[in-house]
Amino acid sequence: MDVKNYIIRQISVFSENKPGRLASIAKAFQEEKINILAFSIAEADGFGVVRALVNQPDKAFKKLTSLGYNVAFTDVIAVKMKDEPGGLFEIAELLGEAGINMEYAYAYSGKEAAVLIIRVDHVDEAVSRILTKGGTLLEAKVFS
Amino acid sequence: MVMWDQQIETMPRDDIRKLQYRLLKTLVYKLYSFSPFYHERMKQAKVHPDDINSLADVKKLPFMYKADLRDNYPDRLFTASREELVRYHVSSGTTGKPTVVGYTRYDLDNWTNSLARGLVSCGLGRGDVIQVSYGYGLFTGGLGLHYGAERIGATVLPTSVGNTERQIELMQDLHATAICCTPSYLLHMGEVAEKMGVIIKKDTDLTTGILGAEPWTDVMRSRIQEWLGIRAYDIYGTSELSGPMFVECTEQKGFHVWSDLTLVEVLDKDTGETLAPGERGELVITMLQKEALPMIRFRIGDISVLDEEPCPCGRTHPRIRRIQGRVDDMLIIRGINVFPSQVEHTLMSIPEVGQHFQIVVDRRGALDDMLVRVEISKDAFSDKINDLMQIRSKVEHKLRNALNVGVTVELVEPGSLPRFEGKSKKVIDRRNL
Repeated sequence: MDVKNYIIRQISVFSENKPGRLASIAKAFQEEKINILAFSIAEADGFGVVRALVNQPDKAFKKLTSLGYNVAFTDVIAVKMKDEPGGLFEIAELLGEAGINMEYAYAYSGKEAAVLIIRVDHVDEAVSRILTKGGTLLEAKVFS
Repeated sequence: MVMWDQQIETMPRDDIRKLQYRLLKTLVYKLYSFSPFYHERMKQAKVHPDDINSLADVKKLPFMYKADLRDNYPDRLFTASREELVRYHVSSGTTGKPTVVGYTRYDLDNWTNSLARGLVSCGLGRGDVIQVSYGYGLFTGGLGLHYGAERIGATVLPTSVGNTERQIELMQDLHATAICCTPSYLLHMGEVAEKMGVIIKKDTDLTTGILGAEPWTDVMRSRIQEWLGIRAYDIYGTSELSGPMFVECTEQKGFHVWSDLTLVEVLDKDTGETLAPGERGELVITMLQKEALPMIRFRIGDISVLDEEPCPCGRTHPRIRRIQGRVDDMLIIRGINVFPSQVEHTLMSIPEVGQHFQIVVDRRGALDDMLVRVEISKDAFSDKINDLMQIRSKVEHKLRNALNVGVTVELVEPGSLPRFEGKSKKVIDRRNL
């Protein structure tokens, strides 16, 4: 098992909390024909961070940087859940038992399954522990 | 040490004082006899030229203010005839009416020599290509430096302001070794250059920046020097003095004030008492040799320190340390004096924030409210909200400690604060609207 296969590069964008900012970011993706696979907004007082999994992260990084955005890559992992009642509980319990502390998480429910995307402190270790506990992780290539 | 005018620049202090006294005495006699404005002012102050019997007697003379120039718009303070005048410059007048300054041939010559001495003192000369990115025209910066640079035999690249991408191309193609502009414009140029794929430090021959026309700080200097790979020197002057006049020598510890042209006093800005060298106060300037528009005890409004310690560069003329701020720029926030330069100084020492900032002052109920907007630097951006909140608290905390007044900090996107080609406007005060 190569842990690296499960590490997904999420793109994070600093954004002021004002009308039109999300549209501007989304437009940049559209212009570059970049597909957004999952996405969330975290907000604080006055600013926020837009986080997205996209199919061409390097291209997205370049485009947003050229527009003047402050952009960073963040390593996240994607845990597969059953798309049925109790699906999240099962995974959350597994993560708890594995002693994994989440920085943040967001989820989507896709065609094949529901997916929980999480950011953790020690990503390599988290991958091993989840797999050992019998969890299923999506490989990074699923998102490209 | 190469100097432009070794004899004058290394004149013993005592001789300088004697020369200043002689020039002052002559000037006062001349103005009392020929200028209705000065005659009247001196009479009101009950001082006669015969009362000026030492250099220290300068403090018997009445002050001049910016308002005097505005009130006597356009040229009622001129003491040269139209035949003798060879140039006008007009200051934009950020507060109220514009002011007009005039020059005789002799005035232009002194101005140019003053800059020639300064440019040589920071290591420039024949063989240098000096890009003058100050505005050409009514503003004194462009033409002033243009002629100063020509006088020392350097090659001038007169780009003026604007069209930044072209400025960067020319800087590369013509191998500019020095640039003259506002520090904010140089920051803007550095950013635009990087967007074009040009790293000034690596891809140009630039070694020297002559930066001024707005207050800046030593921490900003360190950032500019490190980022752009140049030595950055402060330049000082205002149109009332002639224009930009004094440039720091290679010591980078303030600019030599050429005492054969200028007499500087430092006063307590509230009591008007003369302060000893080394004490911080308001600068009061007397121009000893100007013909067209004399300035006696001009309250220039800048705050700094006069440094009379001998300079290792060998020049005997005293230095004025970096200007801390203009009296006009001072904000009073809930009764506490705050200079934008203090904000800059604090911000520049925090690596997580970028070079640009904006201060917005408003009134919330009965209280003044000061907001500082900063751009978070690329390296500091974290995807975690918590980290960002911590950066914001850190900046707020440092500003509060430095200014003794509570400040709200807003993190904004890089590039979203306004960039300036000329003098930057970093403060928006909404209290008067």
